[in-house]
Amino acid sequence: MEERPFSDISYRLYLDEDKFMGSKCRKCGQLYVPPRHFCLECRSEDMEWYEMKGEGELAAYTCISIGPAFMIEEGYDRKNPYCTGVVTLAEGPRIVARIEGVDASDPEAIKIGTPMTVEFLHRGEGEKAKTFLAFRPS
Amino acid sequence: MSKKRKLGRGVAIVGAGMSNFGMFPDKDSKDVFAEAFSEMLANVDKGCDPADIQAAWIGNFSNDFFVHQAHWGPIIADLAGLAPKAVTRTEGACASSTLAMRDGLMAIASGMYDIVLAGGVEEMSKCSTEEVTEGLALATSPYEGAAGYTFPGVFGALATAYFHKYGAGREDLMNITIKSHENAPLNPKGQFKQTIRDLMEARKARLEKKGQPVPDWADEKAALWDPGFNPAVAWPMHLYDCCPISDGASCILMVAEDLAKNFTDNPIHIVGFGQGSGRGLHACPSLTSFEANKQAAVEAYGTSGLSPKDIQFAEVHDCFSIAELIHIEDLGFFEAGEGYKAIANGETRREGRMPINTSGGLKCKGHPVGATGTAQMFEIWKQLRGEAGERQIPGRDLYIGATQNLGGTGGTCTFTIFERR
Repeated sequence: MEERPFSDISYRLYLDEDKFMGSKCRKCGQLYVPPRHFCLECRSEDMEWYEMKGEGELAAYTCISIGPAFMIEEGYDRKNPYCTGVVTLAEGPRIVARIEGVDASDPEAIKIGTPMTVEFLHRGEGEKAKTFLAFRPS
Repeated sequence: MSKKRKLGRGVAIVGAGMSNFGMFPDKDSKDVFAEAFSEMLANVDKGCDPADIQAAWIGNFSNDFFVHQAHWGPIIADLAGLAPKAVTRTEGACASSTLAMRDGLMAIASGMYDIVLAGGVEEMSKCSTEEVTEGLALATSPYEGAAGYTFPGVFGALATAYFHKYGAGREDLMNITIKSHENAPLNPKGQFKQTIRDLMEARKARLEKKGQPVPDWADEKAALWDPGFNPAVAWPMHLYDCCPISDGASCILMVAEDLAKNFTDNPIHIVGFGQGSGRGLHACPSLTSFEANKQAAVEAYGTSGLSPKDIQFAEVHDCFSIAELIHIEDLGFFEAGEGYKAIANGETRREGRMPINTSGGLKCKGHPVGATGTAQMFEIWKQLRGEAGERQIPGRDLYIGATQNLGGTGGTCTFTIFERR
C-alpha cells in the first residue's frame, strides 16, 4: 500500500475513494480505526494500512431532530430526523458513523445488535465535496 | 496510580458566591461575575480584604465564540480589583471552573500562594439555540462531529447503550427530571423554579387561552411522554432531558488550611481531588460509563482516603438526564446497572439515602458552562454549613459532600470531595 501518513487527513482521503482504512501495528498486530501514528499497546511506530471489511453490528444510536448546519442543509429537521450511531466492527474496534436505511422517525424500531455494512456517502460538489462514513443494515 | 497521595498542605474554602443563573439580555459576563464575587466576599464570616487575594483562576469555555471576546483572565482581574496580580483563564469545556479550582489547589498546596480565588463565567443567551448548539459541539470529539452528532446526540447514543445493557428505558430518565424539578422551586438562584406539575398547569392554561385542545395528563410522566410537551431533541433525549442555555458566574475563596481560622470558624476542606481524560465514543472502553470519571474517582478517593459509602450527598453534572445516571454509578454511589432502580425508589431525592443535585442540578439551576463547577461547590458549601434554606437536606448531620463535573462529552471529568470538620 502507498505511503500515506497515518493521519485523519489520510483517513478522509481514503473515504473519498470508498475505502475504510485503519492502521495495524506490524509488531503486535493491534488494529486502530481511525488510524494512529503509533501503537498504544507496544509503542511501536511500525504501522501499516489495513482495509476494514466494513461489517459490524449496531452498538448504540441516536435519532437527531436538531442537527448541525451541514445536516440541516441535507434536509434534516424536526419532521425529518436522521440517525447516527456507533458500530462494533467485525475486526473488534468500534467506529462512529451515520446510520442509513433505518426509519429515524421510529427510533424504537431500530435495534442494537443489528448486523451492518459500510456505505460511503458522497455529499457536496467541488471544494465542498465530502464523504461521510455510514453503515446500513446488512 | 491508586497510591494515596496527600496534598503538600491542606486547602480550605472560606467563602463562596454565585450569581443568579438564567438568560439575562441586560447583563454581560462582568455583571454576573461581579454578583458572584460580591456575594463571595459577603459570605466570608470574618471578612476578607480583596487586596489579600494573591492570584485567581477563572474558568470559561467559549465566550470567544458566544460573545466574541476571549482572554478573560485580565478582564476579571480588572473587574475584581486584582490587577496587576496574575489571573489565568482555564478551559475544560463544561468543567472549566473545576479546573480553575484545581489550579488554585495546586498553587496553595505547593506553597506558592496562601489565598486565591477560583471561579467561572459564561454568557450564552445572546446566541440563538442553533449558534449555542454549534458552539457546544466544538467540545465533542472530532470524529463525532463529522458523523453528524450533536451534544445531546452523543448522550442519546449512550442512553440507548445503557437501556440495551441494563433494561432501563425513557421512564427511568424521567424520574431524574422529575426529581430535579422537585428541588427547583427551593433554589432562589436557579433558572427554572417550577416543578413538572407547575409546568404542566402553565401549559394547559396557555393552550386554553389560545382556544386549543387542553391535554388531560394523568401524571408527570404522561406529560413527559407527550411530544407536544416534551419534543425529541436527539432520541431518546427529549427537551426535558436537557439542561438549558444560561448566563451566570460563581466563585470560591481558597486558603491554606492553617489560615482558615482567620476567615471563618466553619471552613470547608477540599480533601479529595481527581481529574481524568476520556476518548471519543469509538475508543472509550465502555458505552455505559465515562473512563474519565473512573480515573477521577480513583484519584479523589485515593487522596482523601475515603470510599463511596462515606459520601453523604453530591452535585453531579446532569447536562443530560442519562449523564446523572452514569455518574452516580461510575463514582460508586450505586452499582453499575442499579442506579436507575435506586432513583425510582427515591434514593436520590433530598429525603433519600443519597441526595443528588439538591440545587436542582444543571437541568433546573441552569448551566452557564464555565461557571458550573464552582457553582456546584457553592451548593456543597451551603449544604455542609447548614445554610441551604428550604432545600437543606433534612434530618442529618452533613460533613462530607462531593462534586462531579464533566467537560465535553466526557473528555474531561473531575471529582472533588469536601469535608466539614
